[in-house]
Amino acid sequence: MEYFVQQLINGVALGSIYGLIAIGYTMVYGIIGMINFAHGDIFMVGAFVALITFLVLVAIGVTALPLALFLVLLVAMALTALYGWTVERIAYRPLRRSFRLAPLISAIGMSIILQNYVQIAQGARVKPLPPLITGGYTLFESNDFAVQLSNVQILIIWLTFTLMIAFSWMIAKTRLGRDMRACEQDARMASLVGVDTDRTISLTFVIGAALAAVAGMMYLLYYGVADFYIGFIAGVKAFTAAVLGGIGSLPGAMLGGLLIGLIETFWSAYFSVEYKDVAAFAVLIVVLIFLPTGILGRPEIEKV
Amino acid sequence: MTEQSAPAAAVPSRFPAALKSAALSALVAFGLFSLIVGARTDQGPTGALIVFPRLDDLAWLAGVVFAGSFLRTLLFGDAPLQVSRHFPSGVKRIGARLSRFAAPALLGFALIAPLLFYSNRYYLDLSILVLTYVMLGWGLNIVVGLAGLLDLGYVAFYAVGAYSYALLAQNFGLSFWIGLPLAGILAAFWGVLLGFPVLRLRGDYLAIVTLAFGEIIRLVLINWQSFTGGPNGIASIPRPSFFGLPFTDDEGGFAHTFGLEFSPIHRIVFLFYVILALALLTNWVTIRLRRLPIGRAWEALREDEIACRSLGINTTNTKLTAFAIGAMFGGFAGAFFATRQGFISPESFVFMESALILAIVVLGGMGSQLGVAVAALVMIGAFELLREFAQYRMLVFGFAMVLIMVWRPRGLIGTRVPSIFLRKEKELPSSMVAEGRR
Repeated sequence: MEYFVQQLINGVALGSIYGLIAIGYTMVYGIIGMINFAHGDIFMVGAFVALITFLVLVAIGVTALPLALFLVLLVAMALTALYGWTVERIAYRPLRRSFRLAPLISAIGMSIILQNYVQIAQGARVKPLPPLITGGYTLFESNDFAVQLSNVQILIIWLTFTLMIAFSWMIAKTRLGRDMRACEQDARMASLVGVDTDRTISLTFVIGAALAAVAGMMYLLYYGVADFYIGFIAGVKAFTAAVLGGIGSLPGAMLGGLLIGLIETFWSAYFSVEYKDVAAFAVLIVVLIFLPTGILGRPEIEKV
Repeated sequence: MTEQSAPAAAVPSRFPAALKSAALSALVAFGLFSLIVGARTDQGPTGALIVFPRLDDLAWLAGVVFAGSFLRTLLFGDAPLQVSRHFPSGVKRIGARLSRFAAPALLGFALIAPLLFYSNRYYLDLSILVLTYVMLGWGLNIVVGLAGLLDLGYVAFYAVGAYSYALLAQNFGLSFWIGLPLAGILAAFWGVLLGFPVLRLRGDYLAIVTLAFGEIIRLVLINWQSFTGGPNGIASIPRPSFFGLPFTDDEGGFAHTFGLEFSPIHRIVFLFYVILALALLTNWVTIRLRRLPIGRAWEALREDEIACRSLGINTTNTKLTAFAIGAMFGGFAGAFFATRQGFISPESFVFMESALILAIVVLGGMGSQLGVAVAALVMIGAFELLREFAQYRMLVFGFAMVLIMVWRPRGLIGTRVPSIFLRKEKELPSSMVAEGRR
């Protein structure tokens, strides 16, 4: 029982990170219907920006932890958002009205570019960071097994839920959110009634990248390492999460992220660590056999 | 409109705009590169990470972006670049005329290539590699280009073929010529296995399931150590023989039987012709299948699945055969890869390979056999040419993928030959072909 609760906590923390990345996939898919393959690498760039910002802050003598974390979060979100914007501008906007596989190939190209750019600029070695947020709480204890909730996990879960609430509010209530929903339903019609679709799509990428940056920073705090390759694995998992939840659906992305995080954690805890990814992918395939549009996805209605 | 038709006259009037856009681009570039390039992290003497400023590189990059953006706006204005517009029409016409002879010329060149490069083993190895990718591209083209099923895990079948042959040869001592068809059949079987769950899926759901399938196969190959050798792979896979005659320097070897002087290059030349024959077989089967009902059903499926079903085409069988036949050629290529390398490991079957093969198919122009061959030649050849810049070649490769897609979203070969036609055969622009999204 204690072991189970512990794995539940670990799974929710990991799932939150996947969920935040998955939102970027699902938003872009909802609005322009493409798989943004470079999104995982945007997450990786976010982790690197957070790492470097933190080191720079230490070098110039900002050591108060809450202030430093806040600054790192701000810089990482801002710079990674700039990456998201640039990627859209260079690789996707010229292909807006092109056929469907072209942006996919261009996205794979972008993913290769970002990976190798970071590898060249920062080296291929794994970058370790000593744990910044230490300590935690022991929830309950019995049979020599203590259920721990660490402060990093609290931060991750709290930040994710705060962002989710802010983000849902933005989609539901603000002008930008309304524009996004309009573009999602029918981009052409939205532009006819005065929605600046190019700007809306750009902002979608910017917001997705900023959320990925938060995920990158949390990954760095949670695992304490970053390298140029983390983006691919996290990206594939998050994309799996988005599809599992029903691509295009925001609550679905979060739910899918949590599910993938839980499946992975429980599979590693009770069966084998080696096959945890196989388990996540196998669950995806099995779910899609029975629910071809994911858990919360709406079935696509085809007009003939 | 007038600005675009007379770029030279408009240059001075664009000067302020160019300056402004260049300054903006440089600012964005400065922001992008500020931390990742401008500050290098490394492990310091104590083992903890420290940062070094690298401002000169940052300034260089921002400067290059400034100059590039300035020149681009000055010369071409704000309009999206369209390379083809800057070619005079005469060049295009000659190009169109030449392209008719491209296929026979390439085939002829391929047939005599081993004689030309007989003394140059590097070129022979490179041409074998290119032909392997041509074959993989043609195999994937059946699934993506003809049936319109987006497959992001094609490398799984390549892996199944390679491991099937390697394990059959090692455990049961089967020769290459028996292992090859068996590897193809096993890969086709796996293609059907993948096909079943994805029958009802569309578009990107299909893409992620195929990607997941590819990853599952790779992860199982890594982790099932007792069967596949795990990350260490399988070594000393038997080399192919010339229909029973081994390429060795002794009695009964290939060279002795034909009275030739022994040379290790014989085996390479033989491998070259084997992969050439396999690739041509793939091509020939594809061309023939397009004329059969099944091939037409594939293309109909690509264009409109609902119309297909209402006309009584069994979409289940159509999709499964597309997966099976595409996978079979992937399996053949895998078996060839195993026997050529003599060593295989899961490292060779990562997602990047799938992406590369898909890129070859899309860059070549989906559905165009010649385009796929040209794209494989260009991509793999250019990749090898960049070997000197080892560090930067993947970066250049990524940029090439993005740029080709931005300039020619329909691929290098922009026309398609329809499978059936009324009275007169003529080429169609590729924009009239459905996009292969299902």
